[in-house]
Order: sequence, then C-alpha cells, then structure tokens
Amino acid sequence: MSVRVGRAAEAPKFPVAAKRALGDTQLRQNVQNATDIIRNKCKRVVEETPDWEQLRNAAHEIKSHVMRHLASYLEEFESACTKAGGHVHWAQDADEANRIIVDIVRSHGQKEVIKVKTMTSDETQLNPALEAAGIAPHETDLADMIVQLGEDKPSHIVVPALHRNRAEIRQIFLKKMKLAELGFQPQDLTEAARRYLREKFLRVKVGISGANFAIAETGSVCVVESEGNGRMCLTLPEVLISLVGIEKIIPTFRDLEVFLQLLPRSATGERMNPYNSIWTGVTPGSGPQEFHVVLLDNGRTNILADAQSKETLHCIRCGACLNICPVYRQTGGHAYGSIYSGPIGAIVTPQLQSMEHSQSLPYASSLCGACYEACPVKINIPEILLHLRDKVVGKGDDPVVERVALKAAAFALAGRRRFEAAQALARIGQRPLVHDGVISWLPGLLRGWTAVRDLFAIPKQSFRQWWAEREKASKS
Amino acid sequence: MKISLFITCYNDTLFPETGRAVVSVLECLGHTLDFHPGQTCCGQMHYNTGYQKEALPLMHRFLEMYRDVETICIPSSSCVAMMRDHYPKMAEQSGNPEIQTQVKSLLPRVHEFTELLVDKLQVEDVGAFFPHKVTLHTSCHSIRSLHLSGKPEKLLGKVRGLTLVDLPDSDHCCGFGGTFSIKNADVSAAMLAEKVQHLLSTRAEICTAVDNSCLMHINGALHRQRAGMRTMHLAEILASVERGNDHER
Repeated sequence: MSVRVGRAAEAPKFPVAAKRALGDTQLRQNVQNATDIIRNKCKRVVEETPDWEQLRNAAHEIKSHVMRHLASYLEEFESACTKAGGHVHWAQDADEANRIIVDIVRSHGQKEVIKVKTMTSDETQLNPALEAAGIAPHETDLADMIVQLGEDKPSHIVVPALHRNRAEIRQIFLKKMKLAELGFQPQDLTEAARRYLREKFLRVKVGISGANFAIAETGSVCVVESEGNGRMCLTLPEVLISLVGIEKIIPTFRDLEVFLQLLPRSATGERMNPYNSIWTGVTPGSGPQEFHVVLLDNGRTNILADAQSKETLHCIRCGACLNICPVYRQTGGHAYGSIYSGPIGAIVTPQLQSMEHSQSLPYASSLCGACYEACPVKINIPEILLHLRDKVVGKGDDPVVERVALKAAAFALAGRRRFEAAQALARIGQRPLVHDGVISWLPGLLRGWTAVRDLFAIPKQSFRQWWAEREKASKS
Repeated sequence: MKISLFITCYNDTLFPETGRAVVSVLECLGHTLDFHPGQTCCGQMHYNTGYQKEALPLMHRFLEMYRDVETICIPSSSCVAMMRDHYPKMAEQSGNPEIQTQVKSLLPRVHEFTELLVDKLQVEDVGAFFPHKVTLHTSCHSIRSLHLSGKPEKLLGKVRGLTLVDLPDSDHCCGFGGTFSIKNADVSAAMLAEKVQHLLSTRAEICTAVDNSCLMHINGALHRQRAGMRTMHLAEILASVERGNDHER
C-alpha cells in the first residue's frame, strides 16, 4: 500500500517554505485580511449560540463512538447505500481510488468531468491521474476553479484561494477565460465565473464530489456549500462519483443536527450553509442515474491505530484552526506543503504519511492552544503535536545538535550541584558575547534568535544565590 | 500561610529579580516562604520539543521534592500549565500507580502567582505603587490553559498610580513557543513583529505578563529596536512601593 497526501512527500521542510512565504508581502496581506474577516464572523455566530459547548461535546462523543465502531458503520453505510441504488467501492490507497474513478469515467466513454468540494481528490492527486488517462477535470467550486485556472495550489481547507485577492483573481480570469475585458467589482468576477461554469454544468456528463458526511443509517451523502455550484454539480450530471474518506461516517441522520450547527459557524461564520445537499443512492427520473461512492483509507486506519492521536480523525474540515492560528496567519497554507494546512494539517499530513517526509510539520506550531479552543469537535491539537514530536525524536529524526543540547540540558537539570555548575558555566561562557549587558549575536542554532532580538546577559547572582545569602544573613 | 516557592529554572538563572519580587510581595502579606535549593525544572522544554522521556525524571524530581508541601507558588503560567496539562498523562504512561497518586495529590497544591493571590489568598490590593502606563500581554498558557483571564487585570487595577491600557489582540501568541523560536526563527520573528506593532500602538512604557519567557522574547525585540518600551513581570510591578523601587532593573 502506498499512502500519498498530495505532493507533500516532495515538499520542502516547513521552516524553509515558511521563510519563502514570509517574504511575500502580498500573500501575507491577503491571508491576514481574509482570516481576520472569517474569524470575526465566526466569533459572532459562535458567541450567540448558547449551547455551543454542549454541541462541541456532543460532536466529540459522536466522533469518538464512530471511531470505536468504524468498521461496522462503514459496512452499514455500504449496505444502505447499495440498497438505495448506489455502488460502493473500497480503496486502500490513493492509487486505488484514482484507478476506480478513472475506470468509471472511461466505462462511460467520457473525456471530461466536473468536480466539486473534494479536497480528498487533491490528497490522492486525482486530477493528474485523470489527465494522464485523457480525461479533463474541471473544478466548479469557485475557489477551486481559481486555483485550477491559476495553476496554483489550494492554501486553505475551506477557502482554497484565500491567498489571492480580487485583483489577482481578475488577472487569472482575463488570461484563462480569454476575456477581452472584465470589470473590477466582485459582481463582474462572479458573472464571468458563472458564464464559464454554466456551460460546463450543462454539457459534462460525469460529476465528482467529496463529502462532508456519510450517514451509515441511510447510506446518504451530505455536501454543504455556499455557492450552489455544488448543487448543480451533484444534480445535473448523469453519473456522480463521491470520493469519501472513511472518517466522514456518522451513525444516523439525526446526528447531522449537531454537525450542521457546528460546521457552518466554525467554517464560514454562517448560521447555516446556503446549500445543504443530501442524497441517497439514485432516484429514478431525478438527478444522476448512476451513483458511486469510493471509500478511501489512504493511511486513515494507521491514525486510528494510535490511541494517542486517533482523535485526529474527528476533524470535520471546517478550517477554524487555520483562521485562528498565529503561524498560519504569517505563512499561509502553502508552507505546509500539503492540501491539509494549518494546525490540523500539521497533525494530519505526518500521520497519513506515517511521518515520512513531514517531520518538520509537528514543530510548525508555537503551541499557543488557540486551535484547540476553536475546534468545534474538540480535537486537542497541541497534545497531538507533542505526541508526534516525541515520535520524531523517538525515530532519531531530530537534528543532532538539538539532540546533544537537550540531552546535556537534561543532565544538567537532574541534580542541584549539576544545575548550579551549569549556571556558573553559562555565566562564564557568555562573557565573550556580552556587550553592555546585552547579547546581540549568538552562533549556530541560536543565530535565528539574535537575528531580530537581543538577549540580556545572565545576571551575576541567581535567585538561589540571593536566597542562600539572605538565609545566611538572617541566621547570623 | 507557609508557601513553598518553585521559582523555575529560567527565572532562577535569568530573572532573579522576579523571584525576589514574589518573595517581597508574599512576605509583605505576612506569609512564610520556603525555597528548596534542590529544585531545577518542570520538564517543559524537553516535553514540548519531543523529549518526553527526558522530561519524566524532572517530574519525578518535582514530585519527590514537594511531596509534603502545603502550598506551592510558581511565577510562570507555562510551567504550571506543563504540570496541569501533562503530568497526569505522564504519570499514567509511567504505569506506576504511586506516581499517579502523587500527581493527583500534588496538583491542587500548585498555584501560579496571580492565582495564588486572587483565588487562594483572596488578595487583590497588595499595596503597590507604580506610577506608569502599563499594558498586559495575556500569555497563551495563562489564558488558554490556566484560564487566568481577569486575575492579572484585577491585581494591576489596584496598583496606585498605574494606568492600564488595552493591548489590541492581547491574546495572540508572541511567537516564543520555547524551541519554536529557534526551530522556526523566521515565523517566530514575524509573529513577534506583529506583537511589537500592537504593543507600540498602546504607547505604554511597560509591557507586563505572568510569564518571563514571553517577556524575554518581547523585550528582545523592543531592546533591539530601541523602541522605548520595556517588559516587567507582573510580580515586579506588585512589589514596587513608593520610595525605593527595589525590583527594577
């Protein structure tokens, strides 16, 4: 089995990619403006919900329950969906999922597909697989379309083109839609997108979607969105294929009551999503007459097997942790090298890939805890980051200098005499670096600190020395 | 009341004036203090960097040293958060029921400095005088882990002469995050730049907090930029009295 999370395996380490992003002032402006707006909207609609904490707890309980009984709920979903006329496929990894989907499209002799709301297909790199098979994928979610036309990558799990501003989007449209002229107003841009997409909705015969929830009890699939493009993508094609990560299962239809309150409030700051599409198998004479669900593992069962981090699978992909994260705020999403960015990305990507190629991600956090506080399903992201850091160190993937420094510190802190000796040694060792009581340059690993910060010299007398002196004086 | 100090390794070494201020405030309130010289570190740096194995003996050391102590005062919210958030899990993972019992019995006796004053000792006015314009950086662990919100403000509100000015986005992380500031120095610097921007917009003279780790980080930038603002641990403000300001640098 080969697990793949987009092209995260080839991505540069987080500090390297982040440095590049930090130099892009336009990107940082765009990200900060957009996250500020979403965060404030979310705050308002969360604060007006009196039972917010109960809802969070309920969601946490439902998800924990599902994860304990995932196999049986998946089978229940399969049988209910099949009974309603759907076809359920099981994919162990990205390649298998892509193969299944390409085969379905081919069996209908189609050369084009329309897609909506499927980040999971970015995880499996479905678009390149379709293109390799001579099938053209058209993204129809507005932001995904901007990303596709801009030959760009998504930078946010809910707002994939968040890093682009209006002027940049206009430029992309002008070039890629081959327009002679285009206004500057949001209405002008949406009008252009509408004309561009409408033609595809009416022509293309196969649609591919993701899922927000898959309901075991009824075999239904649920997608929520703001634009209505999803609704068209889900209802107009003759054939619909939904790619669903196995963690998207919820037990009953009634459970939606919890999640449909939490998700829009946390994701876009709306009380309710403008479009909530829920469908069950096929309905003769209405909507797609052939429906496939591809249930994808791609490393999810590895996460499930780790008692300390399986909570990661509770994620409902609302993006609240990205909008609140002070690290994401500075770097945007691309620095994380994965379709899953921000705090949740820092724990999802390394775990799906069994830590290969993404050892720097668990360290891409100052552990400020804002993500845990914002998470509508109460995933303790900081705790999981720490667990993953421990795994990185356990595998010996930590830098050698750091390892030596921390082992030395552990030795020095293990006893009173050692600690006091280390304090004395540090006081002597700092001498060549101290000027006027301040250190403005440090070598090696610590150079980054003094690049923008001074450090005050270690004072002559430690607290313990002062205390000992005082004790002595009071006794004499 | 008899109060035992856990001054923390970096306060002991780098910020002895904070420890002295804590002593001064608590002794002025009539309490008896005790400092065990065998104390070193809570294990936070190791635990947060992925060296959980190395943090374990430091927890054992702390448990052993403070086993029979009635009240522990720690002038650092992130160290208290380390204990409250992680010691129970570390004890559980150790598989040793005795350690688990020790952690359970010890944690209720652990108090962050402002928590000790406001909740346990029920004091808000410590008789301080500090005629300066001050702004408060509400450090991440103090608000999200210890839920201290309001306590430092109450204490500062009772300091005579002090003007407390609101810090925009005071709950945003300053970018320190322990080894984060070294491993991700550039991102940390960007976060710090935003914090400094907000701080300077207040036109305060002093930025205070209940964590010297954040303050060391913030002051590092303020000093480098000759920004005309400096940092002080909250205990040092509370220890300031009219005539003779012993605890200023």
